Amino acid sequence: MKMPAKRIIAALDINRGRVVKGVRFKNLRDAGDPVELALKYEQEGVDEIVFLDITASYERRSIILDLVKKVAENLHVPFTVGGGIKTPEEIVEIVKAGADKVFINTVAVENPDIVTKVASILGSANLVVAIDAAWNGSFWEVFTHGGRHATGKDAVKWAKEVEVLGAGEILLTSMDTDGTKDGYDLELTEAVVRKVNIPVIASGGAGNPEHFYQVFLVGAEAALAASIFHYGEYSIREVKEYLLRRNVDVRMDF
Amino acid sequence: MRIVVVDLGVANLSNVARVVDGVVSSDPSSIDSADMVILPGVGSFSAVSANLDRFRDRLEKFIESGRPLLGICLGMQLLFELSEEGEGKGLGVFKGCVRRLPCVRVPHIGWSRVYQTGQCPLFYDISDASHFYFVHSFYVDPEDRGIVYGVSECQVSDSAKSYRFPVVVWKDNVFGVQFHPEKSGRVGLKMLENFLNLKR
Repeated sequence: MKMPAKRIIAALDINRGRVVKGVRFKNLRDAGDPVELALKYEQEGVDEIVFLDITASYERRSIILDLVKKVAENLHVPFTVGGGIKTPEEIVEIVKAGADKVFINTVAVENPDIVTKVASILGSANLVVAIDAAWNGSFWEVFTHGGRHATGKDAVKWAKEVEVLGAGEILLTSMDTDGTKDGYDLELTEAVVRKVNIPVIASGGAGNPEHFYQVFLVGAEAALAASIFHYGEYSIREVKEYLLRRNVDVRMDF
Repeated sequence: MRIVVVDLGVANLSNVARVVDGVVSSDPSSIDSADMVILPGVGSFSAVSANLDRFRDRLEKFIESGRPLLGICLGMQLLFELSEEGEGKGLGVFKGCVRRLPCVRVPHIGWSRVYQTGQCPLFYDISDASHFYFVHSFYVDPEDRGIVYGVSECQVSDSAKSYRFPVVVWKDNVFGVQFHPEKSGRVGLKMLENFLNLKR
């Protein structure tokens, strides 16, 4: 049996300390309290929760820390926090407030040294580098600033680079499949999984339980989804029961 | 009952402390009056073992007194002598070294099964092969295999071959777990309760 168990991760978008739903950060509407929703997912068997903070305000920093403390006091499964993080100090602050892992994206591209610096303080295991990528006709290109800025970088090579710099995990989002519900980007995921020796979390495109099965088959250690769970199309338990029937090792003792 | 969660620097302690109803303390003298001590740890072995120095004498005295101590993750590794991760000395309660995992994907992150290889009070009412949450790149390699009560495994190559490594150690009043019980859902909370019950 391959260890560890494959992880199902639920993602929550956070604006000013509240969960929001919307299509690609537009038409945002309030969807509840992050702690309550996270606890509900914990009950349903989620293996990890990712909070993506999209707050654009000068109080951002204190809002995030406040949220992290509340979540840490109540949740008993691991959680990861990211979104707009710029400095090693912020990362350490978030971990001290109780987050298990922090992910960074744009700042890692702009200043790759931050990965090494944070890894030397916290150890690699707590630092996730998020990569947003889209096929440009000849390679998968890295995008930053929430997908608005093309960098010219090759995502597969960039994944290897961040591993060498000290990242403990990669959160790989395909902008091509994100929001489609047609399934994860299997080619991109497989290309990255083959290139690196750290765990890869696949993200973007989950529409049904079969999609999770497919992405685990190409080697993802974890699969992240948001809307499929938010809108109650499938529960986390349903996805896990399906995977178990297909002989994927998932955690059922929750 | 007074439970002290030792703050060794960069660490994530609010959750552990809340679960066991303990106090987080970076003051070494707080250990003297503790009924139980939890030694957590996030960070690198070298960085944290440097911070450990000012707690060293008091922790040794605490352990000698027979009161229960639980090391979690890096806190478990610090119970040993040395680490391949870097310089610095552990407490040396257990003889042996901390080594890098020989697995395909390191860090080992996620929920892995813990196989119970002996009867240990921490396992009371917990099924064999239950999942616990791990985040680590190094594992303990004790000289005395008799202190190992639980193991986990990881894949060593693309074949089905797996490598088993110790994840629960225990001798007398000192316990160590490589995973994070405070992050392991219902099963993990049960394990922490089992630890607390040693003193209840």
